[in-house]
Amino acid sequence: MALMDDLGKSLEQSAGGSVILTSLDAVLDFTRGHSLWSQPMGTACCAMELIAASFSKFDFDRHGVFPRADPRTVDVMIVAGTITRKMAPAVLRVWEQMAEPRWCIAMGNCAVSGGIFYHDTYSVMPGVDSFLPVDVYIAGCPPRPEALQDAVLQLRAKISNQSIVAGRTYHHKLLLPMPTKGVAVRGTGGESS
Amino acid sequence: MKAEELSSRLLGYWPELSDLCSIEKNRMLIKVRSETVHATISKLKELGFNQFEMVTAVDRGADLEIIYVLHSIPMKASVWVRTHVPRDAAEVASMADLYTGADWPEREVYDLFGIDFIDHPDMRRIMMPFDFVGAPLRKDYVDENIIPRPDYI
Repeated sequence: MALMDDLGKSLEQSAGGSVILTSLDAVLDFTRGHSLWSQPMGTACCAMELIAASFSKFDFDRHGVFPRADPRTVDVMIVAGTITRKMAPAVLRVWEQMAEPRWCIAMGNCAVSGGIFYHDTYSVMPGVDSFLPVDVYIAGCPPRPEALQDAVLQLRAKISNQSIVAGRTYHHKLLLPMPTKGVAVRGTGGESS
Repeated sequence: MKAEELSSRLLGYWPELSDLCSIEKNRMLIKVRSETVHATISKLKELGFNQFEMVTAVDRGADLEIIYVLHSIPMKASVWVRTHVPRDAAEVASMADLYTGADWPEREVYDLFGIDFIDHPDMRRIMMPFDFVGAPLRKDYVDENIIPRPDYI
C-alpha cells in the first residue's frame, strides 16, 4: 500500500495527473468491487443463509463473491452469527491476517448489535463493530440471501467511491438498485472531497 | 420402568436408601449430603446405573444445589441424586473416576457455578475464556459489561 500511496500523491500533485489518477481509481475500484472474495466467518444460524447464498440457487459467484477459507487471499469478511467474548479474539486475528484493502459485512442482528443476546449477557459481544470496522450492516434474524446480495451491491457501490489517495473519495451514486448490464454506470468522477 | 417399580427394586438391594429417596413427578430422587455423594453414586453404579447423563447446579440463594442424573440402560430408568454445598466453600468429590463422561460436564459446572470438584483430572474452565473471573450463572454475579434489560421488554 505504501507504493500506492506514493503513486497517488505524486499523480495528484503533477499537472494532468488527476486524469490518470481517476482512471486508475476507476479500474481499481471496478476490479475490487467485482471480485470480492469472502471470508465466511459463520458462527451461528446466519451461516446457513450464507451457505445457501454461495450455492447454485443464489449463486454469489456471479457477483464475484467467492468463499475462501483462507484469510490471506480474501477481500471481505462476512461475519454471520453471534460473536462471543471468547470468539472475538479469534475473529480479530483472522481479520488482521487479511490483506488491505479489506471490508467487513455484519450479517444478521447478532453481528450487528448482539441481537436477542444484547441484554443481560455475560458472554456475547454487543455487535461486531465493537472491535471491527464494519462497512455494511444487514438486519434480519437471519437475513435472506437476497439481503446479503443487496449488501454486496451496496459494498460494491461504496468501493466505487474509494481512491488510492487516502482521504480522497468520489461522490457517485451510493445505492445501486440492481446490477446494470456491462460496466456499472458511473458519475463524471474526479470530485475530490 | 416406572419410578415406583425402580424404587422398590433398589430398596430391595439397598434398604438404607429408604429415608433418602422420594418420588416426584415420576422421578426417583435421592437427597444426600455432599460428603457421601461419591459413595452413593459409586453404589448406584454397582447396582446397574451405567450411564452418567448429566450434572448441573442450581443457585438456591442460601446454598448451591448439585444434581446428578444417572441412567441405567438395562433397566431403562433414571435416578436423580441431589446434594447441597455452601456458597463460599463450594466443593464436592468428582465423579470422573467412576464415569469418564463426567469429566467435561463437571468442568462446565465449575466454569459457570464456581463449584470445585475435588480430584478431578483437569479442573479448568471449558466455555468461558481462561482469564475470565467469576461464576456467571450465580445469582450474585456482577459484571460492569452487562447491559441490563429495561422494564419494557
